[in-house]
Amino acid sequence: MSTEELKNSITAILPSSTFDETGEFLNVVITSEELLPLMNTLRTKSEFDFDFLFCLTCIDWKDHLMMVYHLLSKTHQHTLVIKAKIADRNNAQIETVCNIWRTAEFHEREVFDLFGVKFINHPDLRRLFLSDDWVGHPLRKDYTDENMISL
Amino acid sequence: MRGLIGEDILTEEGEFIINMGPQHPSTHGVLHLKIWLDGETVKRIQPNLGYIHRSIEKMSESLSYRNFIFATSRMDYLAAHVNNEACALTVEKGLQLEVPQRAKVIRTILSELTRLQSHQLWWGCTGLDLGGVTPFFYAFREREAIMEIFEETCGARLTQNYMVPGGIMYDVHPNFQKRVKDVMIQIKGKFEEYDNIMTGNVILENRLKGVGYLSKEDALSYGVTGPTARASGLSCDLRKSNPYSAYDQVQFDEILDTGGDCYARYMVRMREMRQSVSIIEQLIDNIPEGDFQAKTKNVIKLPKGEFYQRVETPRGELGVFIVSDGAASPYRIKYRSPGFSNLSALPIMAKGGKIGDLVAIMATIDLVIPDIDR
Amino acid sequence: MRIFLSYSFSALATFIHSFLAGLISNGMFLLVTEMVITGVSLIVFLVLLCFFLGYMERRVAAFMEIRLGPNRVGPQGTLQIVADTVKLLFKEGLTPDSSDKFLFNLAPFIMVVASMLVVAPIAFAKDFQLYDINIGVLYVSAVSSISVIGILMAGWSSNNKYSLLGAMRSGAQIVSYELSVGLSLISIVILSGSLSLGDIVKSQENGWWIIKGHIPIIISFVIFVIASTAEINRAPFDLAEADQELTGGFHTEYAGMKFAMFLLSEYINLFVVSAIAATLFLGGWMPFHIGGLVSFNHIMDYIPSSLWFFGKTFLVIFIIMWFRWTFPRLRVDQLLTLEWKYLLPISMVNVIFVTVMAIMGWHL
Repeated sequence: MSTEELKNSITAILPSSTFDETGEFLNVVITSEELLPLMNTLRTKSEFDFDFLFCLTCIDWKDHLMMVYHLLSKTHQHTLVIKAKIADRNNAQIETVCNIWRTAEFHEREVFDLFGVKFINHPDLRRLFLSDDWVGHPLRKDYTDENMISL
Repeated sequence: MRGLIGEDILTEEGEFIINMGPQHPSTHGVLHLKIWLDGETVKRIQPNLGYIHRSIEKMSESLSYRNFIFATSRMDYLAAHVNNEACALTVEKGLQLEVPQRAKVIRTILSELTRLQSHQLWWGCTGLDLGGVTPFFYAFREREAIMEIFEETCGARLTQNYMVPGGIMYDVHPNFQKRVKDVMIQIKGKFEEYDNIMTGNVILENRLKGVGYLSKEDALSYGVTGPTARASGLSCDLRKSNPYSAYDQVQFDEILDTGGDCYARYMVRMREMRQSVSIIEQLIDNIPEGDFQAKTKNVIKLPKGEFYQRVETPRGELGVFIVSDGAASPYRIKYRSPGFSNLSALPIMAKGGKIGDLVAIMATIDLVIPDIDR
Repeated sequence: MRIFLSYSFSALATFIHSFLAGLISNGMFLLVTEMVITGVSLIVFLVLLCFFLGYMERRVAAFMEIRLGPNRVGPQGTLQIVADTVKLLFKEGLTPDSSDKFLFNLAPFIMVVASMLVVAPIAFAKDFQLYDINIGVLYVSAVSSISVIGILMAGWSSNNKYSLLGAMRSGAQIVSYELSVGLSLISIVILSGSLSLGDIVKSQENGWWIIKGHIPIIISFVIFVIASTAEINRAPFDLAEADQELTGGFHTEYAGMKFAMFLLSEYINLFVVSAIAATLFLGGWMPFHIGGLVSFNHIMDYIPSSLWFFGKTFLVIFIIMWFRWTFPRLRVDQLLTLEWKYLLPISMVNVIFVTVMAIMGWHL
């Protein structure tokens, strides 16, 4: 599907989504509560058929967190980027997508470890890289540590 | 069953827990696997990562756009050129910079040489893990020749840092074409020897056939890429689907296999080595003249936005995601490493097999742990 | 020259005996002194032999792997093993705190003793046997199985899950492969009619059994070499100590001299197994004779018998070393499948063929 068709189809499913076409891919900006139904539709409906999640990450924009999901469809060869805005930094939570794409299991553990985002219904939410008793989430912009050296 | 110090060494289900790693000869790096065993059969695996986590992503947020590339050579140290190329391509995408043809062709030749030497090391280490010590030395003999080319061209054997935003750092030395052509002739003659030592061996076939099956649907769902996925029938070669550098100017085949087991993964990599040699041979005679680096400002500042570049490393798909807010350092960098997703499929591949099978599976997935931990 | 070539060791033994009898009058003391002298010289000989085997293994391995091997320490690297032994002597032999100390310390000794005991009936040269027991083959087969107790003891007492896994695998492997070894040995016993090793060698006076017994004995020989490689835990059957899977298996926790004893017992086992193969199948110290050619046999007799024996033994040792550096390792269930589904039925059928051959007189 072309970018226009994707935009129209997604607006039909979720009218409150906004779009950002400045980059290479079509970006869809939604809130964190609207994530799971949209992801289910994108995976299961045959005109979308996004079966390959190739990047799952988070960006810390100082006043909110933004979850970024890069999706690709092997059959239709179209790409989409879903951005889910998490407004509450202190109690960041979002639904997990690891029942849809199994690769999300490790990626979400990494985001939990480094950003502190809790994933609801994740089968095994523990820290991945850092030791289990580490305090804080390093990749956040307001993270400080007495051992940190600034260049 | 009582252990010597009087406590029960079995769990409630009667399973025996054993730790493999982090210091272990066949985990290809510091990987800690907790294995639940029933006799010799593996019931469950839990990987524990983070032993070589160096926070490259956080560190890059305070480095300039020229400097952050240097840290990526240490990520997947067997494919430093390809990692550097990925970062350089992302920055060029942000700057909308056109790289001169000469630089593109040389980048492709060096990337394919990297792929070749990475697969050779993989081949030697697979033999070593399965108990046949001799192939290791045969693989390294040829790999030394490629390493010497790298040393002559870039000054370093392992952490090359030769690809910069705009092209390559210095021009290649005048002897480059002849050296590469000689090495290709030498390596082409050795493929038959490799097959004689390992591929046709009955014991090797018994160790690898039917072991560690990964279906195509599982490969797609777990995000497995590279030769591991291509052996399950999943077509994912980025050099064909999203060509970059000079890959659209060469003819080569995407190697697919439908076996899905360790033997299929082994054969896919053996055939990929031959394809790499063929790509290099097509390019080495016609390196175009011209600039080796496009003009860039001294301090590179990417415009506001997000840029993503995907390249095909010897292990799979590497994705570099740069978020920029207009400053001289990246705001956020995310490396989508191939090993990370390939490792997440290990528990389902190894379940139900024996410990010997686990070693064979880890060998054929070709894990490099610093790539996973970053 | 002729005296040297046809030197009979029985003359040496008689000389020493009469010399000592002159010094010591009591018969009991005389016997004990002779036993001590024999024991000490045997141990010294075996240790020196292991030095040589260690050097040979490293050089053979190196040449097969297109590299050079030790060539700095001593002329052509011959003193490398001595340097390694000195290093092992100086190492701290750690005993894990929670291990069973008695069994932990006993295990290497059992392995070494079991290996050395088997050397007794082997004939190194004409008239040069420690003790020609009349049930030689049975003795060899029985005593060599004691080493499995040493391995299990080592694995259990280390209080380490890796060691336990390695020891269990090894126990299963050795016990299974003993059957094939035994059946191969029986095929020679059927043909020669005696269990004593001295008699078996004498029966090869008109030709080695591997030539006289043609096809069934060649099959027996091949099965014997394969099964013995598995018996002594050498590659491609070395999963008990597979360092790519179990970081050392049953000898993970051993360091220093105790580890050296495991290595020593492995090399002595290698020598013993090759010596048995050479004695039973290739003629022992008997030179290469062909049935009726008397003058040819007389010429062959000029080469000393000890040279024949060691030549054949080292040929078999080289073949077993060759296996190690060529093949990958078998997985444990494939190993046991190989024995129970392939080697054992083949050797059983082979024994029937040999019996038929012996009865009908189809051997040469």
